[in-house]
Amino acid sequence: MPYTHDVAVVGAGPAGLAAAVESAEAGLAVVLVDAAGQPGGQYWRHYDESHARPGDHRGHHGWSAFTRLRDRLDVLTADGRIHYLPGHQVWLITRDDPGVFTLRVTRSFGGSAGRVGAGVSGGTETGPSRAVAARALILCPGGYDRQLPVPGWDLPGVMAAGGAQALLKGHRTLAGRRAVVAGTGPFLLPVATGLARAGASLAAVVEANGTLGWLRDPVGAMSVPGKGVEALQYAVLMARHRIPYRRRTVIREILGEDRVEAVRMARVDREGRLTGPDREVAADLVALGWGFTPSLELPLMLGVDTRKDVDGSLVVVVDDLQRSSVDGVYVAGEATGVGGAALAVAEGRLSALALSASLRRPATAAVVRRLQRAIRRGRKFAAAMHRAYPVPGAWTEWLAEPTLVCRCEEVSYGDLLRACHDLGAEDARTLKMLARPGMGWCQGRMCGFATAEIASCLSGRETTAEDLRSLSTRSLAFPVTLGELAALTDDTASDGTASEATTERG
Amino acid sequence: MTYRMTFRGAAVPAEPGQSVGAALVAAGILDWRTTRGSGRPRGLFCGIGVCFDCLISVDGVPGQRACLVPAGDGMHLGDDARHETVGHGEDGGHAGDAGGPR
Repeated sequence: MPYTHDVAVVGAGPAGLAAAVESAEAGLAVVLVDAAGQPGGQYWRHYDESHARPGDHRGHHGWSAFTRLRDRLDVLTADGRIHYLPGHQVWLITRDDPGVFTLRVTRSFGGSAGRVGAGVSGGTETGPSRAVAARALILCPGGYDRQLPVPGWDLPGVMAAGGAQALLKGHRTLAGRRAVVAGTGPFLLPVATGLARAGASLAAVVEANGTLGWLRDPVGAMSVPGKGVEALQYAVLMARHRIPYRRRTVIREILGEDRVEAVRMARVDREGRLTGPDREVAADLVALGWGFTPSLELPLMLGVDTRKDVDGSLVVVVDDLQRSSVDGVYVAGEATGVGGAALAVAEGRLSALALSASLRRPATAAVVRRLQRAIRRGRKFAAAMHRAYPVPGAWTEWLAEPTLVCRCEEVSYGDLLRACHDLGAEDARTLKMLARPGMGWCQGRMCGFATAEIASCLSGRETTAEDLRSLSTRSLAFPVTLGELAALTDDTASDGTASEATTERG
Repeated sequence: MTYRMTFRGAAVPAEPGQSVGAALVAAGILDWRTTRGSGRPRGLFCGIGVCFDCLISVDGVPGQRACLVPAGDGMHLGDDARHETVGHGEDGGHAGDAGGPR
């Protein structure tokens, strides 16, 4: 059997980094598994540090908070108090032995990159799969851009807003020369200003909601002080780069033959119903984001209770010590509700302190209370933002029959309509079985939210947590090779290292 | 130094630290596979390893996420003798969520 750690932390973004260093400093034996080659998650994504340049961190918020956490991680890793596994993704967690979790991990990409394995680039072997054991879990899986299908969104040159930003922050690569950033929410602004600063011309930021939406909940919006200043900074950058900001507007169609050439957009009312005539602008990059979807496959795999959050996302239910409904499983960051990096750090710290207190290690009660207060404030602010930038209720009215909903299996809205009307699918789960949305490579990560909403809309009801769950539950957290699966049966010996056949497909 | 890779026989430069996908996009190559059903071109979409749109074969190993694989000097990207296009009948072997909802 592999060595059993006190805690396995999954994810090295804001929540996971904070949870790992706090746990280790409290004296726990920690293993930290992260899919990326270097820590920081999506929020603090940065260029490979073994090839760093001075300008790499421009536009990063809270960078010093990151470097402080990273420095602590370095010390603790060097001391052997954190067993850090960058470039590894967890694809299965089981609890075979009472009180011990086994995490199956495999390389998330070839070779070794980033800080561990410094400078060694290249190589493509995935696997071998290995097993990691721990008595408790702190899951900090983060999230990704939420998408709504729109005609043409599968054209090359259309990206998730976070993807366009990741190319810039992580790879110094500008994905296009003339960009449209569209969807809803405050995140569109750093994406647009980042692209502009890197030299792109911004044809428009297309925001489905009105910008003064936060006035609906001014108390919530004021609950995290620094945020107003941040918003003002983006407003200044938007003005400096003369970026047109089109409120209450949505993209109707993305045009192009085999790559993006233009977008057609139109005005909408508060509910998202189309009100204005279409208007076309040329673009070679379209970046789309409708808020974020938390990554819930690992928590769901363990059977934790979930709920539908203010923004419509499925999130894990946690108590005021970040404990999920499953004993020994703590969850922190976006998976408990989309709320940003500062909140994620507070939750990560709190989960570590709560865990170490449960193991009779000292945790300062005052610190716990301070973190709990910060988390309550952060949640209030996040809820205010979610209410100000909702996915418009009437968004399914924008769909046309040929609109592709599931990109992987190429399932159109018309296919879903037929499954619903002709075959009687009334919920997301049945729709998925009959029309196959969410059954491809991405396992429903891209179309899951949209499919759940379409299912409930066609049945004339609100989307429920159950709709979302049926498109978020995955038997394996990531596609793995059949060799890795097969190796599950014979890898219990030694340290759990799997057999050779891991790079084979099929 | 700048790495040199090849994509379908053409030279593609890469900065050390860039991903394979980023290097392709920087070289003006936006798509590198076609879909199984309707043969539509695909490249980067989510950019962070979640959507699997950007699958590519790297040095003959199919099904790699271009957004995650770090560029390497001398890498051969895209088609090779055995794998015409990743995703074209090649992705039947993944053990994702093929079983449907539980």
